[in-house]
Amino acid sequence: MSQLFSKENKEIFSSPLNLNNPVTVQVLGICSALAVTVQLEPAIVMGLSVTVITAFANVIISLLRKTVPNRIRIIVQLVVVATLVTLVSQVLKAYAYDVSVQLSVYVGLIITNCILMGRLEAFAMQNGPWASFLDGVGSGLGYAWILVAVGFVRELFGAGTLLGIQVIPDVCYEWGYANNGMMTMPAMALIIVGCIIWATRAINDKK
Amino acid sequence: MNTNSNGYTIGYAAVMVIIVAFLLAFVSSVLKPTQDKNVELDKKKQILAALNQRGLEKDSIEATYEALVKSDLIINEDGSVKAENGGFNEKNDLVVYVCEVEGAKKYVFPVTGKGLWGGLWGYIALNDDFQTVFGVYMSHESETAGLGSVIAEEKFQKKFDGKSVFAEGDAEHVALTVVKAGKVANDAVEVDGITGATLTCNGVAAMVNGGLQQYVNFFNVNK
Repeated sequence: MSQLFSKENKEIFSSPLNLNNPVTVQVLGICSALAVTVQLEPAIVMGLSVTVITAFANVIISLLRKTVPNRIRIIVQLVVVATLVTLVSQVLKAYAYDVSVQLSVYVGLIITNCILMGRLEAFAMQNGPWASFLDGVGSGLGYAWILVAVGFVRELFGAGTLLGIQVIPDVCYEWGYANNGMMTMPAMALIIVGCIIWATRAINDKK
Repeated sequence: MNTNSNGYTIGYAAVMVIIVAFLLAFVSSVLKPTQDKNVELDKKKQILAALNQRGLEKDSIEATYEALVKSDLIINEDGSVKAENGGFNEKNDLVVYVCEVEGAKKYVFPVTGKGLWGGLWGYIALNDDFQTVFGVYMSHESETAGLGSVIAEEKFQKKFDGKSVFAEGDAEHVALTVVKAGKVANDAVEVDGITGATLTCNGVAAMVNGGLQQYVNFFNVNK
C-alpha cells in the first residue's frame, strides 16, 4: 500500500489539481468550460464525466501501451476515448435523463477535449496503469474544480440560484439588486477563467 | 514482436474495431429500453405540464397520465378523426390528446416551431370551447441561456393561461400571439414577450399561432 501512495504517486495526483492544472496552466478544455458552466449542476456532471473518462482511458491506454503500433497510436487513443464517451453518454441517457438533456451535445464533445488526448499521449503511453489512473483522476478533477468554480459564480450572479435553488433572497431584488445577464453569456466564463488563472498564478508564484 | 509492421498494424486496428463495435452494440441494446422509457416519460411529463400538472415525481407521472389523458387521436386536416388511438407515437400526422381535468374536458395540441438557434416545441391545452387557453408547456433545443431559454420556465408559460385563441368576431384565424416585451395592445390574445429575446419570442409566436391554425378545422368540427 505504501508503494501505491508513494510520494511520487501523490504528486502525480496532486499536481494537475493546482501547479499543473489542465485549465489554468495548460489552458486546455476551455471550450467546454464556456458551454456547460451557466449552471452548477451540468458543470458538476460534466466534471465528473470527464474525470471518469480520463481515468479509464488512461488505464486502458497504459495497459495497451506496449502493443499499440506507433503509426496508429493516435487513432487507437481516439477509439478508446470515443468508446468511453459513448458509454458514459448512454448511461446518462438511461439513468440521468434530465441532466443528459441539459448537457446535450457536450457529452459527445468530451471526445474532442484536449485534456484527454493530451494526458493519453503525454502520460499513459509512457507510464504504468496505476500511475496513469492517478494522473487521469487528478487531471479530471483539476478540470472539474475549475468548471464547478465557474459554474458557481455564473449561476449565483447570473440567475441568483445554486443547483436551481434560489439563494439570493427576494428582499435583495426589492431593494434593486438585479441578476447579471452578462454572466449567462459564454464570454463571461472566459473572464472568470481568466480571473482564476490570475489568482492561482499569483498564489503559486509566492510559494 | 515487431509492432511496426504493416500486418500487425492492420490486424491491430481490425481487432480493436470489432471489439469496440461489439461492446457498444451490446451496451446500446441493454440500455435501449430504459432510455426509451425515459423519453416516453419525459413526453408524458410535458403533456401533463401543459395541463398544469407540474413538478410531478417520476413515479407518479405514469399514473397521472393514465388518469387524465383519455385518448390520443390522430386527425385529418379537415378535422375528422383518422384513428382513436396511437397519436402518442405518431410523427407525421396531426395529433390531439383528449384529456379530462377535474371533470372538464381539455384538449392538448402539440406544436413545433423554430427559435433563434434551434427547434422549439410545445403543448397547448385548450378548454372545450376551443377559445380559452388552459395551460401551455414549451421547451427549446438551444436558445440563449438566460434570455430565450426563459420560455422553458413556468413563469413565462403561465402568462398564456386564460388567453383567447381567437380575437372577437374571427373564428377562422388564430390570433393568439406573443408580442415584444411591454407592447401588449390587446390583452385577450397577446402575451407579453421577454426583454432581450425578441427573436425567440417571434419563434414562439409563430409556433403557437401557426400550430393552432392547423387545428382550426378540428375546432369547428368539435365545437
